[in-house]
Amino acid sequence: MTTLIEAKDLRKKFGAIKAVNGINLNVSAGEVLGFLGPNGAGKSTTMRMLTGFLEADSGTVQLAGVALDTDPLEARRRMGYLPEGAPAYPDMRVRDFLMFIAQARGFMGSEARHRVEQVIERIHLGQVLGQTIETLSKGFKRRVGLAQAILHDPPVLILDEPTDGLDPNQKHEVRNLISEMGASQGKAIVLSTHILEEVEAVCTRAVIINKGKVVVDETPARLVARAPEESGGSALDAVFRSVTSGDLEEAGQ
Amino acid sequence: MRRIGIVFRREFSGYFATPLAAIFLVVFLFLSSMFAFNIGGFFDRGQADLRPFFQFHPWLYLFLVPAISMRLWAEERRTGTIELIATLPLTMQDLVLGKFFAAWAFSGLALLLTVPMWWTVSFLGEPDHGVIVCSYLASWLTAGAFLAIGSAISSLTKNQVVAFVLCAAVCFLLLLSGFSVVLDFFRSWAPNMVVEGLSAIGVLTHFDSMVRGVIDLRDVLYFASLIVAFLMINTAVIDWRKAA
Ligand SMILES: Nc1ncnc2c1ncn2[C@@H]1O[C@H](COP(=O)(O)OP(=O)(O)O)[C@@H](O)[C@H]1O
Ligand SMILES: [Mg+2]
Repeated sequence: MTTLIEAKDLRKKFGAIKAVNGINLNVSAGEVLGFLGPNGAGKSTTMRMLTGFLEADSGTVQLAGVALDTDPLEARRRMGYLPEGAPAYPDMRVRDFLMFIAQARGFMGSEARHRVEQVIERIHLGQVLGQTIETLSKGFKRRVGLAQAILHDPPVLILDEPTDGLDPNQKHEVRNLISEMGASQGKAIVLSTHILEEVEAVCTRAVIINKGKVVVDETPARLVARAPEESGGSALDAVFRSVTSGDLEEAGQ
Repeated sequence: MRRIGIVFRREFSGYFATPLAAIFLVVFLFLSSMFAFNIGGFFDRGQADLRPFFQFHPWLYLFLVPAISMRLWAEERRTGTIELIATLPLTMQDLVLGKFFAAWAFSGLALLLTVPMWWTVSFLGEPDHGVIVCSYLASWLTAGAFLAIGSAISSLTKNQVVAFVLCAAVCFLLLLSGFSVVLDFFRSWAPNMVVEGLSAIGVLTHFDSMVRGVIDLRDVLYFASLIVAFLMINTAVIDWRKAA
């Protein structure tokens, strides 16, 4: 399978904090990678380096075969990005905002309108088109963020907490959309989340990071199988807790 | 070019999404004509020209330009939208220039709305239209230089109040260094070179000579280089620390 995201030894320091400390990732077409880790583990910082928003201190990124540092514009054309918190211009109306994104993505005239119509249909934004973004509920705001990320149908998707703030129905809907884009459209998707069952529901691969390093990289099913025997709560929770508090290495090996 | 145009359109229409644009235009029209009529003695001079009107523009811009420029980048940082636009297939120059030209066009619109003043003097007498065109250009270039400064300063912070105050302070220094009162003060004791230098970097030196109706390439170059220099600083700052 083609590798669409290839990150080698990414590192980033903020002052004395090593936010990301040597992360390697290869994501193939059709893979949906769940990026897990406690708050401050370095998930957002890693994603910001994958999208080129932050320059890595060292390491390289290739998106759909294009190196981010040698051809940043072409690399960005090949990816869609939902930043953490789904930022969007509060004063803009949903339709105008999506049109702006479509034009910035290089679509013109009727092609831009067509793309916007398509994504509106897909993400069910019809009822809020004329509303300004600041008046949207958290769920709709997140969906607008998702819409701008997939509008140009990119091979690579980077989604930072795509279901944060959605109600259970909306979560379900977004997860279906993500699975579909991975499985049947062959995109490479990286999504970060706090919700462990989300990983079981949509991801084909789970990567847990802690303190800027990858501590687990396997399928959700095998992750569950690693759960310590008599742990309370769900199996995934138990694995997550033990890995990110650093006992699993001793316990499992 | 196309990419700059897309940023420009979004930014320019952004001014009209809030009451900001209307307030700005009204305040500009009100203050500029009030200064002209009351302080500048527009009618008392018995001359058909717009000198008293233009004379106060740099001082008006001192407060009005930072009000526009403060949000240019600080707001993108505060709301996080910088992360969105910086990861679109647009270059930093596209963003910096698109934003700057939109702000500059907006200040140009404010100036255009003062054209009835021009009609009025044409109706009352026989003004020198060349001088008036020059004066409009001088005013617009001054606004442009201040906007470039403000845009660069806005890129340094996510706090709009800080951006406003710093921009006003820098513009004030540039105004002061060409202000005759200040120059006279220095002339009494400082070497001639210092006075000449201050006058050369001062906005008013260049503004005044253009308002008198003389288009000197050096004056235009002065404003152009201020704009270019500060937009380059702006681009470098954003590139250097996008997330902050
Ligand atoms: N712009 C920044 N300046 C300073 N420190 C930062 C910045 N961004 C993130 N950090 C720090 O880097 C670490 C990783 O943060 P982040 O990547 O946001 O974690 P996560 O998304 O996994 O919660 C945290 O300690 C955070 O405080
Ligand atoms: Mg995060």
